[in-house]
Amino acid sequence: MGPGEQASHMSAPVELPRWAELGLLPLVNLLMALLVCSVVLAGVGLAPLEVLSLLVKGAFGSAAGLSYTLYYATTFTFTGLAVAVAFHGGLFNIGGEGQAMAGGLGCSLVALSLGEHWPAALLMPAMVLAAMVGGALWAAVPAILQAWRGSHIVITTIMFNFIASALLAWLLVGPLKAPGSMMVETISFAKAARMPSLHQVLGGFGIDWPRTPLNLTIVLAIAAAIAVYLYLWRSRPGYELRTVGFSPSAAQYAGMRSRRQIVLAMLISGALAGMVGINELAGVQHRLLLDYVLGAGFTGIAVALIGRNHPLGIILASILFGALFQGGAELAFEMPGFSRDMVTTLQGLIVLFSGAMAYVAAPALAWLLAAAPLASGGLLAWPRLRALLYPDNGGRND
Amino acid sequence: MTESLILSLADSTLRIATPLIFCALAGLLSERSGVIDLGLEGKMLLSAFAAGTIGAVTGSLALALIAALGVGFAMAMLHGYACVSHRGDQVVLGIALTMTAVGLSIVLGIAWFKQGGQTPALPDAVRFTPVLFGHNVLVYVALAGVPACWFFLFRTRLGLSLRACGENPAMVDTSGLSVQMLRYGALAVNGLLSGLAGSYLVLAQGANFAPHMTAGRGYMALAAMIFGKWHPLGGLCACLLFGFLDAVAIRLQGSYLPPELGGGAVPIQLMQALPYLMTVLLLAGLMGHARAPAALGIPYVKGR
Repeated sequence: MGPGEQASHMSAPVELPRWAELGLLPLVNLLMALLVCSVVLAGVGLAPLEVLSLLVKGAFGSAAGLSYTLYYATTFTFTGLAVAVAFHGGLFNIGGEGQAMAGGLGCSLVALSLGEHWPAALLMPAMVLAAMVGGALWAAVPAILQAWRGSHIVITTIMFNFIASALLAWLLVGPLKAPGSMMVETISFAKAARMPSLHQVLGGFGIDWPRTPLNLTIVLAIAAAIAVYLYLWRSRPGYELRTVGFSPSAAQYAGMRSRRQIVLAMLISGALAGMVGINELAGVQHRLLLDYVLGAGFTGIAVALIGRNHPLGIILASILFGALFQGGAELAFEMPGFSRDMVTTLQGLIVLFSGAMAYVAAPALAWLLAAAPLASGGLLAWPRLRALLYPDNGGRND
Repeated sequence: MTESLILSLADSTLRIATPLIFCALAGLLSERSGVIDLGLEGKMLLSAFAAGTIGAVTGSLALALIAALGVGFAMAMLHGYACVSHRGDQVVLGIALTMTAVGLSIVLGIAWFKQGGQTPALPDAVRFTPVLFGHNVLVYVALAGVPACWFFLFRTRLGLSLRACGENPAMVDTSGLSVQMLRYGALAVNGLLSGLAGSYLVLAQGANFAPHMTAGRGYMALAAMIFGKWHPLGGLCACLLFGFLDAVAIRLQGSYLPPELGGGAVPIQLMQALPYLMTVLLLAGLMGHARAPAALGIPYVKGR
């Protein structure tokens, strides 16, 4: 599958008014995922509404809960943006997992080698850079293979996820293992190599804030979202990338060098995923260990789908998923019988209904919209009315 | 000593390769018809859970097997409904199936059995026990599946049509056959084979279901299918090779290199990463050439 083909067959098979396709259809899909999830909840003997209210309370009900939600959201913003940037070039990067590991490895190598010698003001930018370079390098090989060899990037990025986790496992039982420790992890980072947490920063201003993993990486996540917006919609390479993704042949006619755009997009995508290493390792763990990515690369796919590949949407979707993860973790304590994996299930159902089956509901919705004016004659009559008034427009509401 | 080592390595190679063979054949049939399957991992996992659950509840091997096949089949039909009937994105669907299967198997397992997601251990009466040369019947079914799959794909009319579906669906359509039906057919067998892979894990290799028990085998089977260049015999060789690497890695775990090679622990992680590295090298064109079916991943829109 070449670039662009994915994007082109994602379009709706039936014509829906624009507001319905952009607003109503995604909402219907999300509701279907929630409905199936409720059936599962009810099936294991839990009341869906009670779960929902406890989940919201756990995620937003306290300063600590909110902080955890935003901490998860920071990681998901990076992986969601990573998926979105690649997607605009017609590429599916499911290697966020491996790229995040490579990014974590990059920043850890800098922290472990320079941590004792450099001041924080120099060290932290160097670690951020190393995380981005690590992630970008891990995405570079699949990108080059896609651009020049036509190797399916979905397959190569999956393979690179497994290779990254094997590499990390080898380093952590061998060269990078903390001497004399039984744990599969490195020694702790020096003080200068730790991203200040929010309670430390607010404490500096005399504000009391609970101790949580939320750290200043969240500022970088917001900056990354803005940068991605500027790149995709306000820069020439971004424009060319979107052209390549939308129509490879048009890009070729226009003289755009699509291979170069594909590689650039994947480098940016990998760099964004690599930033997960900063949030998780420099921000929270303060050492390199196995399995700190924990599926965040895959959650990024769900985030990008719900956020419709737009930076603002991705920030909102990250907060939604951050809330699900935090609320789910709280619920696992409070409700016997509830397991955190309920959130994985919901995530899978959201990818199913909002991604793979995004247009399954479209024909039924189109039928309902066409039938509604007969029944109600209300607001929904607008497309019909417009078709009567402007017959040469074909009734399309755009 | 050496002889028994070789025999036991061959034994464990075959044991490890069996679920890979089932999954690789499942992926092969679906991809040859033009449908990408990234959901193998999920199909195998949820059917393994079904086998463990029904086996524990009913105490019947036949019902456990039917449950696993049924779950695999149902997931494959969902695959077809979303991707063949409604032209949904095949990559996204595969990811969705796997994520949902991982979550659902644990949620239901914890709720129903209260053993941290594990199902109770099955007695021998509810398992496939060795029948010949120390291997159970599923191993032989997997091995027999390879030539059967080859014969079907390359020596029957229907197999030819199926392959044509993956290369040039418009031509199949013109010849009067239904591309949709052929792809659904391929997915039906794909689901049953994934169900067999899941059954093998719970009813033959192990004795119960445990969370995340497929541990990436679905993706490794996908790699094997590609490494075997989308051909059943090539796929079998790749599965056996990957199985052998894994068997050796397990055996060498915790042992040390001879001093001439610098001592130190044997890098078994390298051996575990080797299947994926080799597949990337193959895709890069550095180890022969592998060509995917031309229409792979592209939903077919019937001309009007």
